[in-house]
Amino acid sequence: MSSLTMRPCGDFRTSYKQDNTIFETKTIRWVTIFTIIALCFAPLVVDGYFITLLIQISYLGIAALGLNILVGYTGQISLGHGAFFGFGAFASAWLNTSFNIPVFLCIPLAGFLTMGVGMMFGAPAARIKGLYLAIATLASQFIIEDFFARADWFSGGSSGSMAEPVSLFGFAFDTDQSFYYVALFSLVFMFIWGCNLMRSRDGRAFVAVRDHYLSAEIMGVKLNKYRLLSFGISSFYAGIGGALYAHYLGYVSAEGFTIMMSIQFLAMIIIGGLGSIKGTLMGVIFMVFLPEVLESGVGVMKMTDWGNIPMVVDGLAYIKEMAIGLVIIGFLIFEPEGLAHRWAQIKNYWKFYPFAY
Amino acid sequence: MNFELLTQLIINGLIVGLLYGVIGMCFVLVYKSTQIVNFAQGEFLLIGAWVCWASLIYLELPFFLGFLLSLLFMAGFGVLLQMIVLRPMIGEPIISVIMVTIGLSIFFQSLMKWIFGVSPQSYPQVFDTQSISIMGLNIEMAYLMSTVIALIIMVAFYLFFKHSKHGLAMRATAFDQQVSQSLGISVKHVFAMSWGIAATVSATAGIVIGMVNGVSDSLSIMGIKVFPAVILGGLDSIVGAIVGGIIIGVLENVAEFFDSQYLHIGNMYDIAPFYVLLIILWFKPYGLFGTQDIERI
Repeated sequence: MSSLTMRPCGDFRTSYKQDNTIFETKTIRWVTIFTIIALCFAPLVVDGYFITLLIQISYLGIAALGLNILVGYTGQISLGHGAFFGFGAFASAWLNTSFNIPVFLCIPLAGFLTMGVGMMFGAPAARIKGLYLAIATLASQFIIEDFFARADWFSGGSSGSMAEPVSLFGFAFDTDQSFYYVALFSLVFMFIWGCNLMRSRDGRAFVAVRDHYLSAEIMGVKLNKYRLLSFGISSFYAGIGGALYAHYLGYVSAEGFTIMMSIQFLAMIIIGGLGSIKGTLMGVIFMVFLPEVLESGVGVMKMTDWGNIPMVVDGLAYIKEMAIGLVIIGFLIFEPEGLAHRWAQIKNYWKFYPFAY
Repeated sequence: MNFELLTQLIINGLIVGLLYGVIGMCFVLVYKSTQIVNFAQGEFLLIGAWVCWASLIYLELPFFLGFLLSLLFMAGFGVLLQMIVLRPMIGEPIISVIMVTIGLSIFFQSLMKWIFGVSPQSYPQVFDTQSISIMGLNIEMAYLMSTVIALIIMVAFYLFFKHSKHGLAMRATAFDQQVSQSLGISVKHVFAMSWGIAATVSATAGIVIGMVNGVSDSLSIMGIKVFPAVILGGLDSIVGAIVGGIIIGVLENVAEFFDSQYLHIGNMYDIAPFYVLLIILWFKPYGLFGTQDIERI
């Protein structure tokens, strides 16, 4: 069964092992492997600007996957993910400059530090849920943001802090092309880890907590433990993403990690699909390319006679923000289950073609 | 200890707190009748204030006409928003509903920035005198007016819910949607009405604050500052919103006072309410007056 090339029309799985495979069919596995190999050759083929976008997708994707584990799989709401992302960035830079820990060790350590902070702020989650939790995490977003602004020893205060590039065995990954491999490796590693987490006992417990927390508790799933664990794992991912961001840019300042960033992470997972690992990546790609597409769209408009409206050209920054808002609203009204669901529908359509079902 | 400054700050806190109370009331109204947490509350203030500003500057209306015009506009805006965006969201999970209002908030915030720019604008002079002194304390005229308006709104809310047919319908819907629907109340109208009222009243608060501080992007922060107030009071209690609003208003000023006099941490004014919020959620998640959820399988 696990060696199928195409997915059958029904559910013919007969063992837990088949139910638990990462890749449903052989084809999907090979496509995934070939995509990763092809991505390894990307710096040779595409230009530098595209590589920066791919790096952006990598670190944002790692953080967004963390949020999806929390929101999509465990059903907790967090409006403070941007602050945790920022905490990871500062923590990694701080560990590196204050303790001279090599950068490639700083990144996971920053992840663990962020995990601790996330669990501290996620602790109310043991008592409250839904809406109240959303507001509690909103408060933590502001408190952490305030902490960045005032903790000079940690974040460099208003002047920000410097972060060295990643280096391993004397080789420094300081160009976009070389850092791309670090980002790609981290992305693949963290996504495989995420997939495996969801196949494990803990992952199933998360889903049980999401689907019906009272039933889950009656079945013997420890609610507090799993809610807190989910917060921890989600912050760990955010910390890793943030650390990569810090060492990629080489400079971290407190202004970037606002509530807007948290909202963008939420937008990514909603657009991609809550509770879908593949969807997370789709959502991140969508959100990274959306401003680029808008920018080039306005660029094309500027060339033509009718489109050179100063209001549109000057207001591009606002149009980008408005587009984010509109996309969130549009997806929630018309496609609440995200791009992953749409993709599945397209696949189903062709599988049953020419019949409707 | 500088008592004069402290008294002045406490009075400021009371005045601002009353406004928080008014905004909190709108928030609770929407939450109670439609079960939607409105993260776009601050944008109602922002839009109302900008519309009023535009009608005063571009249409050159006298103040009270412009004020009425913007209230009418906001009533229509609130109803339309509910009909177009929030009606499809009925029955969706809570995360979707929260995200829709967040999306609305981003959209309108940047739309306002796009149309009106980012620099603060002030209203034309409304009162002849800037400030009057009561018992030796200087109180700005605009602050005094904001207090009066806030009190009027609160009394109007009370009368509306206690003595009018629509108010009764809204209370019934908040109590039990299905039962009130079967008794012939149009739940749709109630939903639209509560958004209309919330938008109008928030816009009033926005205009009042705009008269004191000028209209700018920072008005939308009021929508976030109202969270500590409503959580403190209890998310589904209108009285709680007022009490919570006043407590938070006083508290942030007192925190500012102690910070500037003794602690010197800085930025306490903005951040103290959020610490309070976390502490409340830890120890008393349903606030002072809120009803506790009891779940059955």
